[in-house]
Amino acid sequence: MLSPVILLPAVLNGLLTGAVYALVALGLTLIYGVLHIVNFAHGALLSAALFAAFFAYRLLGLDPYLAIFLLTPLFFVLGYLLQRFVIGPAAHGEDRNILLVTLGLAVIIENALLYAFRADTRTVDLPYGFTVLDFGIAFLAVPRVIGFCVALVVALALWMILNLTDTGKAMRAVAKEKLGAELSGIDVGHIYAVTFGLGTACLAIAACLLLPTYYVNPQVGNGFVLVAFTIVVLGGMGSVAGSLIGGLLIGVVESLSGLFLGESLGQIGIFVIFIMVLLFRPSGLFGERA
Amino acid sequence: MSLPYSNVSRRRFLQSTGLGAVAAAGFVTAPSVLRAQGAAVKVGVLHPVSGALSYSGQQGRLGATMAIDEINAAGGIKALGAKIEAVLGDAQSTPDGGNAAVESMNSAGVAAIVGGYASSICLAVSQTAARYDLPYLVDVGVADSIVTRGLKNTFRFGPGFGVIAKTAIDNLVALNEHAGKPAKTVMIVNEDSLFGSGLAKLLNAQLPDRGFQVLETIPHPTPTRDFNNVVLKIKAQNPDIVIPANYYNEYVLLARTMQQQRVRPKAIYSVLGGAASSYKFVKEFPEAAQYIMDCNHWFDPRNAKALALKKKVEDQGQFYTYEVYMNYSSVLLLADALERAGSADRAKITTALASSTFSGHVMPYGPTKFVDGQNQGAAPVNTQVLANDIQVILPPAFATAKPVFPMPA
Repeated sequence: MLSPVILLPAVLNGLLTGAVYALVALGLTLIYGVLHIVNFAHGALLSAALFAAFFAYRLLGLDPYLAIFLLTPLFFVLGYLLQRFVIGPAAHGEDRNILLVTLGLAVIIENALLYAFRADTRTVDLPYGFTVLDFGIAFLAVPRVIGFCVALVVALALWMILNLTDTGKAMRAVAKEKLGAELSGIDVGHIYAVTFGLGTACLAIAACLLLPTYYVNPQVGNGFVLVAFTIVVLGGMGSVAGSLIGGLLIGVVESLSGLFLGESLGQIGIFVIFIMVLLFRPSGLFGERA
Repeated sequence: MSLPYSNVSRRRFLQSTGLGAVAAAGFVTAPSVLRAQGAAVKVGVLHPVSGALSYSGQQGRLGATMAIDEINAAGGIKALGAKIEAVLGDAQSTPDGGNAAVESMNSAGVAAIVGGYASSICLAVSQTAARYDLPYLVDVGVADSIVTRGLKNTFRFGPGFGVIAKTAIDNLVALNEHAGKPAKTVMIVNEDSLFGSGLAKLLNAQLPDRGFQVLETIPHPTPTRDFNNVVLKIKAQNPDIVIPANYYNEYVLLARTMQQQRVRPKAIYSVLGGAASSYKFVKEFPEAAQYIMDCNHWFDPRNAKALALKKKVEDQGQFYTYEVYMNYSSVLLLADALERAGSADRAKITTALASSTFSGHVMPYGPTKFVDGQNQGAAPVNTQVLANDIQVILPPAFATAKPVFPMPA
């Protein structure tokens, strides 16, 4: 049962899936790190992004990988507007309000999707959907390998934005000391909205990477967000590197527990880790605050 | 203490209201029957045309309405001098939805109902129809309990699960022996609800006695969107035969993942396989479908009427799936009973159905004979995907091709 013939491909498959998990978690951790809010609408927004990618393919004939260039700016703007004109004003500066507003947004988005597109599960069929690369030790599906690479590039890009640009510096400043940042002339409302936009844009990319091998329905995002929350906790709230490594780790754990415990129990390993991290290292692997 | 009393009174209440409803229905329909010399006979056509089973439901409705159109084009029910009027109903993919549709069909004064599709819907609907003594023809629903509860109004033209499973195992053993017993080991991949796990249990109980070793049984939930782990397990154990028991989407994904990971057992052999004998699957993924065998419902490939229907369905741009010809045949069976009953009276139709020896259908069945509502002549066949088409390989009486087993490497 433990033969390397299946163990190695299972680990590799887990890494590939984990990279996309990491991308979803990156958006979540970014929003938490700067805005200090837990964004409950993340899953619903991912569902919305998947629908957008689906219809971009169905109606416009746009390949999901090309749709990244259309949907990423679109979802950035959507996220920006949501924070600027809905979440921000409705929150009145209270964290618990933000929590409720994002929860409400999630309910609204999900049900709007349900109303518009019904509960049917849809898939797209791409010619390369089932092509594989032969790595000798394992056959890896091309869309997953692409997903892995793009996720790494996006993580690197985010890290660069945070560390090398003025906006990134402003974001970190707002995250550390909101009042101080405001006093030194940073437009906090704008930075909040930019951060939320970046987090939402990550979802659009994740959706485009998922579409070739995954399915779309109004509830699809929720499954990912539970995993993403685990990754954020594991990697440390607000840490880009933590999300990436946490995501890869969780992907492997999921794959291996699926292999050993059966598909019906596949996700149990993830939540065991979630509880263990909360018990023994609440700040996560790369968390800044203990 | 009060429980027995409340039970009795509830039962009495149900009986009395049920009688009341039947009486009311009688009053409503009786004048229309008197007036209606030459008016239409209403037949309920009930399918899950919305919800999770909507594709199958729409295919079933297509078959039933095509049969009704043909009967009407040929002059309708001659003994009554009347055409058939379809009263369409949507079971909404749930037993409750099915019951509601039966209630409204009963109010509309239908003479009989055809359809149901899913076992769970058929179970509920048959009982509701029985309350009105309304003849009910199951189109597909394979659960054995549908016809073993002693309901006088319920008839099933197609085979039940027990017969299908037995035929599947007998044919697998026969195929293997004929080829010189190349296969000894089996792996089962099943979805984890009633259909898949029930089948897996049955196979696990019976296959060892018939000379096969079950290496592993892998259950998975529906939906499952990644079969990599399952296929890796198959790859590691390298069984001679893989038996999938799951619904369409998962079946396709499993077959494609096996193809992707270059896993090629001696046979992929399924029982009521979700996609194994589907023209849709064969057309969309010919490479993954090639050589897959299935024990399932199928039309009689030597019957000219069945082939004419196939052409007609395909000319409409639809796939010729089992829902189509099973509903088509069930409606023809009902029309035959209406002719012989010479009346739209529910009791007379029920009697005519029970004594039916109808042979004008398109299925590869033996002589029609109903025992407790089950057609004893009903049987599944074995099919195999060969050269981008689906051929019948067993039983020999209906075969259109020789089985290719083991699969060429």
